[in-house]
Amino acid sequence: MSIFVDESTVVVVQGLTGGQGRFHGLRNRAYGTKVAAGVTPGKGGQNVDGIPVFDTVAEAVDATGANASFVSVPPRAAGAAILEAAQAGVSLVVCITEHIPAHDEALFFNKLRREHPGTRLIGPNCPGIISPGKCNIGITSGDIALPGGPVGIVSRSGTLTYQAIYELSQQRIGQTTCVGIGGDPVPGTGFIDCLEAFEADPETRAVMMIGEIGGSEEERAAEFIATEMTKPVVAYVAGVTAPPGRKMGHAGAIVSGSKGTAKAKMDALEKAGARVAKNPTEAGELMVEVVKDLGLGGPDGS
Amino acid sequence: MDLFEYQGKQYFARFGIPTSQGGVVTSVDAAINLANQIGYPVVLKAQVKVGGRGKAGGVKIAADADEAREEADSILGMDIKGHLVEVLWIERASSIAEEYYASFTLDRTAKLHLCMVSARGGVEIEQVAEEDPDAISRLYVDPVEGLSAEAALDVVTKAGLNPTARDEAADILMKLYRCYVEGDADLVEINPLILTRDGHVHALDAKVTLDDSAAFRHPEWESLDGGQDTDFREEMAKARGLNYVGLSGSTGIIANGAGLAMSTVDLVSQVGGSAANFLDVGGAADADVMVAALEVINSDDRVRSILVNIFGGIVRCDEVARGILEAMHRVELRCPITIRLDGTNAVEARQILADHLSEKLIAEPTMLGAARRAVEMASA
Repeated sequence: MSIFVDESTVVVVQGLTGGQGRFHGLRNRAYGTKVAAGVTPGKGGQNVDGIPVFDTVAEAVDATGANASFVSVPPRAAGAAILEAAQAGVSLVVCITEHIPAHDEALFFNKLRREHPGTRLIGPNCPGIISPGKCNIGITSGDIALPGGPVGIVSRSGTLTYQAIYELSQQRIGQTTCVGIGGDPVPGTGFIDCLEAFEADPETRAVMMIGEIGGSEEERAAEFIATEMTKPVVAYVAGVTAPPGRKMGHAGAIVSGSKGTAKAKMDALEKAGARVAKNPTEAGELMVEVVKDLGLGGPDGS
Repeated sequence: MDLFEYQGKQYFARFGIPTSQGGVVTSVDAAINLANQIGYPVVLKAQVKVGGRGKAGGVKIAADADEAREEADSILGMDIKGHLVEVLWIERASSIAEEYYASFTLDRTAKLHLCMVSARGGVEIEQVAEEDPDAISRLYVDPVEGLSAEAALDVVTKAGLNPTARDEAADILMKLYRCYVEGDADLVEINPLILTRDGHVHALDAKVTLDDSAAFRHPEWESLDGGQDTDFREEMAKARGLNYVGLSGSTGIIANGAGLAMSTVDLVSQVGGSAANFLDVGGAADADVMVAALEVINSDDRVRSILVNIFGGIVRCDEVARGILEAMHRVELRCPITIRLDGTNAVEARQILADHLSEKLIAEPTMLGAARRAVEMASA
């Protein structure tokens, strides 16, 4: 099994006719994802490498039965695109768009929460979601991932997600699903949503969680791990050396005052029973031990 | 982007939030002229983007022109926690009856806007939160609904503001919310918000942080000068469109993705070195970007060694490798460069680099190995 996506996920790409949308949409299809449609207002009737393009998400859903949307549109159009997808009834929206104004994000998050509780948003400003061998929506390079589990990954950072997948695949440890929740202040899906889903997914036996400075979501996740999770968690938090008051690339990655430090997050996770690594490589090594302890073999492939 | 107090007050004025009459100057003579126009007593306030300027002697009252000259002369050029004072805000001194606090920011846990009002203004709000959490009245505002006049009056009342201040304070809160939302601010804070002896309420200070992502719909932001607080490396990086934060170590860092860049800075410290910077080249690490990145890092005298850590996703490693080689033709590097490339097209990338490897250009297969090597080179 996997979380949030699987073989039955059918994807419409909003912004398929744009440079990024085309590149990643076709790349996702080449990976084996069912990319059934594209949407660009005013370009209905065209096609992108054989994928039909519609004017609206509703038309695309009617025609193809798409149940997920991949949003790859510029920041100023992203909010409307996400809400349009929710209105058309898709249950999953993955938005990779970076630099969306925070007030737009807060607004569409709350509109979704009130009016479309059945739609899950992943992102914005995230690498997307991949369930190796089944479905890949977003910008993750599918070839670094290893199907079959037993590890689920959830991460706030894009390239660190790849690094984590790579470290595990190098150790011959497969992944059930890898979710990049994104580095913005108001992510549609958070750590706890993913931890909860991994806890419920029988194929996922252990979870790797990658956090970074800023906010208090890692601390809240630690509480969840301590009280609700039976599966082992390996955690890594980036930004131990980040100076306070400076945004480290992501809009959400900022230490303000004594809040949001990597140290506080690592301590909270450690206290919650997670195994906390100093760097991504060590996280991979700790996961090797965890997988062995679970009696699932590991590098030996037993 | 953090605004200076005077910029914050100008921003407030757009939304009708009352502030003291005043202006900015950069010289002592101009300070006297302005103070004479405003009328004494005046307050002279150092414009720096750092807290605690009052304690450092950066805020003074002057009763006449002689005092204004003396205070302006002492404050201009002053160093406040490493920030040089180049700009002075001068305003009419207020007769203060009471000092309050008011702010809006996003509560990331509730995913709602958070309004905080307190009758205990004029001190650090973190301190109030710690000593007497009940002294802060909190109101969550759903961005879908916005702030109602009733809710504004309610939070002001609950905060225990003087009854004479309530109506004007609630009105300012409504305007402050507009400034926060329509003005695309991450934070708006008035501390202190004062009740004057003649019974009016206005903002005596202004702290505004703008959301850089919203710049596309605020052409007026272009006139807001980031000012004197950035270091030259950061200005250079900004001009080249790079996502750069200056640090003080000797190993220059180039990575793709904010998380990986942060992780690389951490790793350098773990293996005994110290990073000179955080630099995320993002998803477009072509030759031009690599040249720009290497130019900025090369300009930093403290840098003794450069570490490039790329995990190819969208970024293709072979392009990065070609970019680095081209950049080395275009920029004469003062120090050795250690490269780790993984992910999309990493094998091709290693082949491209293979013929060019030397003691100035080193390839390492892992992130950890590369960090160790780069730190070794920095201390060699």
